[in-house]
Amino acid sequence: MPEPIIHMEDVHKYFGRVHALRGISLDVQIGEVVVILGPSGSGKSTLLRCINHLEVYNSGKIIVDGILLKSAQNINIVRREIGMVFQSFNLFSHLTAADNLILAQRTVRRRERKEAEEIASNLLAKVGISDKADCYPGQLSGGQQQRVAIARALAMNPKIMLFDEPTSALDPEMIKEVLDVMLVLAKEGMTMVVVSHEMGFARAAASRCIFMDEGQIIEEGTPDRLFSAPTQERTKLFLSKVLQI
Amino acid sequence: MPLKDLFKNPGRVFSRKPAGTTAPPPTPVEIKFIPGAEPSARLDPWWWLVAAVAVLIILLLVLKSDPYWRILLFVRDGLWITVLLTVVSFVFILILGLLGGLGRIAKNPVIHLVATLYVEIVRGIPLLVQLIWWYFAAPVVIQSLGRVLHFSPLANYHSSAIFLAIVGLVVCYGAYMAEIFRAGIQSIHKGQMEAARSLGMTYLQSMRYVILPQAFKVVLPPVGNEFIMLLKDTSLVSVVAVADLTRRGREFMAAHFNPIEVWTLIALLYLIMTLFSARVISWLEKRRSYER
Repeated sequence: MPEPIIHMEDVHKYFGRVHALRGISLDVQIGEVVVILGPSGSGKSTLLRCINHLEVYNSGKIIVDGILLKSAQNINIVRREIGMVFQSFNLFSHLTAADNLILAQRTVRRRERKEAEEIASNLLAKVGISDKADCYPGQLSGGQQQRVAIARALAMNPKIMLFDEPTSALDPEMIKEVLDVMLVLAKEGMTMVVVSHEMGFARAAASRCIFMDEGQIIEEGTPDRLFSAPTQERTKLFLSKVLQI
Repeated sequence: MPLKDLFKNPGRVFSRKPAGTTAPPPTPVEIKFIPGAEPSARLDPWWWLVAAVAVLIILLLVLKSDPYWRILLFVRDGLWITVLLTVVSFVFILILGLLGGLGRIAKNPVIHLVATLYVEIVRGIPLLVQLIWWYFAAPVVIQSLGRVLHFSPLANYHSSAIFLAIVGLVVCYGAYMAEIFRAGIQSIHKGQMEAARSLGMTYLQSMRYVILPQAFKVVLPPVGNEFIMLLKDTSLVSVVAVADLTRRGREFMAAHFNPIEVWTLIALLYLIMTLFSARVISWLEKRRSYER
């Protein structure tokens, strides 16, 4: 087994008196697509946000790309290698789509303007919205905004992409356009950790599914195994509710 | 429907159907965003008020040039002092306010405490008292300090009244401005900061390129309000030996004793400046809007 790119060991996280993560241990290999499922409040988003240190874990160990997060001299060096896509897109609303992609390339990667613009236009083409390059986020639909957000993260050439419920804030007809982009990324071999309830995406792209409840990993396995033959009662209960719909 | 018709006749889009009738099938309206085509791009009708006051002043000066023209000539240098005080102070107020605002939201407890103490103390003391303190007390404090430390530049410290007046205005207004900036920064959704940080930007880069540009748009109306208040409050410096518009008016009145004409003209001069500033600010607000 090669060295995992994400290594989590007995991670605990508290929000005041709420014990949000209760001893999470998880390894993600390069090129893996891990989909995390679970009811709301189960700690899925917290787990994801701990990986790029948006939430600071209280105890345990998280090693990303060989760097132990707690002792990282400069967390920004780790973060630039981790792309993050949020449920609420979080595009910079005062910048056009293209400038959203260019800003961090210039300030963090220190790329020349011309190079950054070229990368931006290539990525906007890749996610299928070249024609919206000069639009502000407020002028784009939710699906378009989320695709810009994915492109913005990709512009940093990350080694890992984290998706925090990327389709939960979208109208049904826009979900597919975002999932299609994510599928392409998965096929290209991007290492991805995805918090999502999109079973179709999990089946099509996930190398592993993880079911979480009350801050713990209850069960994990390939999507087919987990969906068709869950071994834990809580997983069965959750899947029976989700798959009904 | 073409955009310009939409603004001419907004009732067509937003009208409610009358009770008891069936609604006609809704006409799909495609709203495009065309910069400059919004109704706000038209000339603001409140410019007429500015023009009216300007005409009134000119009429007084022409039709009753004695004493109005003489008063104007006499207070002219005070007018420039008032403008200078306002503009120079405001630049430093913005800088101090920004630093104070950032200090108020800082995680570092020392910076937070210093910023909070500054705001709380300064806001609790009347501006007039602060101006008098800076003019009469501060130089003495600095001189005594210099004597204790045997440091002659401080011991022989002297300063112009106008400099101390600017310090007083900046320190006082900086505290209010700090609160405005703090509120503006906090009004920006925290997801914006998280997105910037998750891309590897530092805290300062995220502030500089993501949060502040958006916050500036939010704070523009209250900041403009502060500018107008400052313009009026500069009249308080007339009690600390600064020959501003108000003080020059008092001097003229002391010599000629015609309070009605002097204070009417002074009031109108302040009014035209504040009305004009208000229009410029409101123009800036509209110009800086982008789609959200």
